[in-house]
Amino acid sequence: MHTIAPAYGGLETFGAGRCRTPSGLFYCTCHTPARGWLGGGAPLALSLCTLIQPSNIVDPTDTSNPDYYHRVVDCQWACPAHTDVPEYIRLIAQGRFTDAYLVNRQSNVFPGILGRVCDRPCEPACRRGRVEDKPVAICRLKRVAADHREELSARLPKIPPVKNGRRIACIGAGCASLTVANDLLPLGYEVTMFERYEKPGGLMRSNIPAFRLPESVLDEEIGMILGMGVELRLGTPVESLRALLEQGRFDAVFVGSGAPKGKELRLPGRDEASANVHIGISWLESVAFGHIGHIGERVLIIGVGNTAMDCCRTSLRLGAREVKVMARKPREFFKASPWELEDAEEERIEIMVNRAPKAFVLERGRLAGMLFDCMEYELDARGRIVTERVTGEQFLPADDVILAIGQENAFPWIERDLGIAFDKWDVPVVDARTFQSTRAGVFFGGDAAFGPKNIIWAVEHGHQAAISIHRHCQGEPLAERLAPAVTLHSRKMGMHEWSYANDYAPLERRLMPHVSLKERFKKLNIEVELGFSAQQAAEEAQRCLNCDVQTVFAAKLCIECDACIDICPVDCLTIAANGPEAELRARLKAPAVNAAQPLYVSGALPQTGRVMVKDEDLCVHCGLCAERCPTAAWDMQKSDIHWPHAAEEAHALEARKPKIA
Amino acid sequence: MTFIAKPKLTHPSLPQNALGLTRRAYEGALSTLCAGCGHDSITAAIVEACWRLSLEPQNLVKLSGIGCSSKTTAYFVSGAHGFNAVHGRMPSIATGANAANRRLTYLGVSGDGDTLSIGLGQFCHAIRRNLDMLYLIENNGVYGLTKGQFSASADLGTRAKKGETNLQPPIDPVLLALDLGATFVARGFSGDKRQLVPLIEAGLKHRGFALIDVLSPCVTFNDHEGSTKSYAYTREHYEPAVFADFVPREAPILVDYAPGEAREVALHDGSRIVLRKTDSDYDPTDRAAAGAAVQSRMNSGEYLTGLIYLDPSEARAEFHQVNATPDEPLNALPYEQLSPGAQGLRKILSRYR
Repeated sequence: MHTIAPAYGGLETFGAGRCRTPSGLFYCTCHTPARGWLGGGAPLALSLCTLIQPSNIVDPTDTSNPDYYHRVVDCQWACPAHTDVPEYIRLIAQGRFTDAYLVNRQSNVFPGILGRVCDRPCEPACRRGRVEDKPVAICRLKRVAADHREELSARLPKIPPVKNGRRIACIGAGCASLTVANDLLPLGYEVTMFERYEKPGGLMRSNIPAFRLPESVLDEEIGMILGMGVELRLGTPVESLRALLEQGRFDAVFVGSGAPKGKELRLPGRDEASANVHIGISWLESVAFGHIGHIGERVLIIGVGNTAMDCCRTSLRLGAREVKVMARKPREFFKASPWELEDAEEERIEIMVNRAPKAFVLERGRLAGMLFDCMEYELDARGRIVTERVTGEQFLPADDVILAIGQENAFPWIERDLGIAFDKWDVPVVDARTFQSTRAGVFFGGDAAFGPKNIIWAVEHGHQAAISIHRHCQGEPLAERLAPAVTLHSRKMGMHEWSYANDYAPLERRLMPHVSLKERFKKLNIEVELGFSAQQAAEEAQRCLNCDVQTVFAAKLCIECDACIDICPVDCLTIAANGPEAELRARLKAPAVNAAQPLYVSGALPQTGRVMVKDEDLCVHCGLCAERCPTAAWDMQKSDIHWPHAAEEAHALEARKPKIA
Repeated sequence: MTFIAKPKLTHPSLPQNALGLTRRAYEGALSTLCAGCGHDSITAAIVEACWRLSLEPQNLVKLSGIGCSSKTTAYFVSGAHGFNAVHGRMPSIATGANAANRRLTYLGVSGDGDTLSIGLGQFCHAIRRNLDMLYLIENNGVYGLTKGQFSASADLGTRAKKGETNLQPPIDPVLLALDLGATFVARGFSGDKRQLVPLIEAGLKHRGFALIDVLSPCVTFNDHEGSTKSYAYTREHYEPAVFADFVPREAPILVDYAPGEAREVALHDGSRIVLRKTDSDYDPTDRAAAGAAVQSRMNSGEYLTGLIYLDPSEARAEFHQVNATPDEPLNALPYEQLSPGAQGLRKILSRYR
């Protein structure tokens, strides 16, 4: 039995079709149609031919699948609305802020709002965070585009003066409904929007404090959509869906009423203390609409999600002096986004961990504080809680308590006999792709569809529901919608010239400037974040790695000179004998450990039958492989990911209609 | 070549050697050679070998002459000493430097022109002296810097890019070195680092003159059909005779070879070379047989590669033994010992009166 020399381990094939068996140990002695022999390596552990049998190798990567290149653009892949992040960052770098804003608006509709308060799933996904510490400040660059853009009303979608005769009802005037209107109005639909409050915006307005999201930004971006001709009925809650449907006025109904019900905490003393115990989202809403303007000096916030962060910071602005956020579990279990925690802690909010609420304590019929169990947890190696125990209890005095432990959707106004099925948790059954309920023509989106998520998810729900509504109104099957597509265009301009900035900029993430702690509490609506200056934006934009400029490989041109492999700064390329994927991953120049990121595997190379393998995980898109390639087997090509919206869907449907001569 | 600097950024899990350095610490300046040049791959192999050996960069001396190959010493181990000699004169500089300080590791990088044409005499004498160095020839059969004329290593019948046929026989550095008594003679291919890296490691550790002739296709002037030094031709006609695994002194024996299949050769510093033959009849320690094997393969148009000959005893006196040089580098000797003084000089001169 031979083993593989560990130092130069692994197997290499050389000379396609040259499986000769003259003599010696190093030739494959297998008689199947083998493709090589071992060159310069080590004695064989296995017959090479067993390794390269068709059943045992990785098939060449199908890069025509639009998902392949889309996944390489990690930010765009992570964004629910598939915002073309690298493209708008490039436009910002060029100072084309209006264009950058419009690229954003195309997919996420509310760049100014999302540039401040997005949950930014793109940032943890950002490749920069893998090769360095911190991701690109994608969200804040979005805000830059909004802050510095010019007047753009002429560039917004045109609304046809002649309508198509279809009427859509949107229930709730939040981000999901507004997106539906944004997508359908340019197609000639008439949209009526019912809103229970006196102002549109939904949770964006009622739950996000003005010191994070100024009212002017909200009004402007919502106004762009309303200005397209929404029939907005403010102060008009829909009390009965049956009544609305029976009117027969609407061809489709979109329910975007959010998740407006805050969760209750049933503990002893809750009812007696109710005057000073508030439900987080209702309380924020009352603050937003000016119904509440004051809170006690000592405030306890129960829960440690993003709503809790808004509640504690709002409390500080309403007169509280000592605000504590009470967390049941240790910090790694916090639901709040790290940057929201940071911002709260900057304002000297104390976050207490391992305190489980036990009872509301009253003195003379009034809330005096709360009693907590002190918890201790044992975690396993993967950080999951194995056991928990109570080590004692603690009383904390408080004038007010705010409950921020979650929210749910509630549909008391939907009759249960309309053909809209509800599941066992009493939420409507909604198709995850079409967003249609079990009743044709009734659609759900945003938090109303699958429970509380965030703005960017609601926007994408709105886009998808708009496609469905259009297909529904055209009598087309909802599921047969346009598929996403990717197009590639070379960035090569000439010798050593590429039409993108591929020089790696070793810059650190820019810090967001804040209003001083002295100033910011003076008024409730002083926006804390000042936004990047043009200089900071230009520097931050340099950090983007241009992941959408793809490394595209043509196996038939490769002469296996190793130039790309030698120059790659992050060792993501290997030429190796094909093999089973797990084994191949371990054999690469730098082992590909992130199994979630697919490998690129080429077809057999002309000279030796080996394959080019690229681990996409750490590629910095510097283009040196293409720059060093003598035969242009590597090229840098910009991928455009086409994620269809209602306009494209309408266009495709129109194109397919038979033409009448 | 490229104008874009290689970013300093690295793969986060890049391994470190005994000195705590990653492979990237052994890189040099940006290469100005043609994209796809075999020489760049050899540079990468040298980087890898130096990293594996945990060489302290300041203890390496890079020497070269003139030519594409001789430019490459700038592209690896930027922390090492370097000297670009005049055309074909690198062995003299190497001899001088070696005489002055035997504690350093000497790596000469030369090309087929620098070695086999203008520098042939110097090359032969460096071998004869058994100078303690690794002499690496980046052999592409053409004069690349002067636009692709046949060099002295161009094979009989090979065609130039514009179509002329070479009518003069090549000088083969491997045969020459075997003839002149070299104690370590190897041939590699820039496109096979698994073979080349251990050869470079062993060559750097070998005491005495080590020659590695590396077939290194010229992607611009000699990578066409009809060339016998193109990537495709080399791959097709490249015959490993012996695989050499370099095992550093500290490393335990991990490789379990069947008896008779491998032979271990200890080097003076305690590291080892494990030789594995592809043909049971081949004996890499028999100089005459090695020469005959190289010659016979060459006649059938093939290149025998691997560690072709190794003097396992390391018995031949090397340069320092022959000349009885001191162990200490000259720069560490006290002035009184280095200089005979006026009286000493008079004494010496009187011998010639």
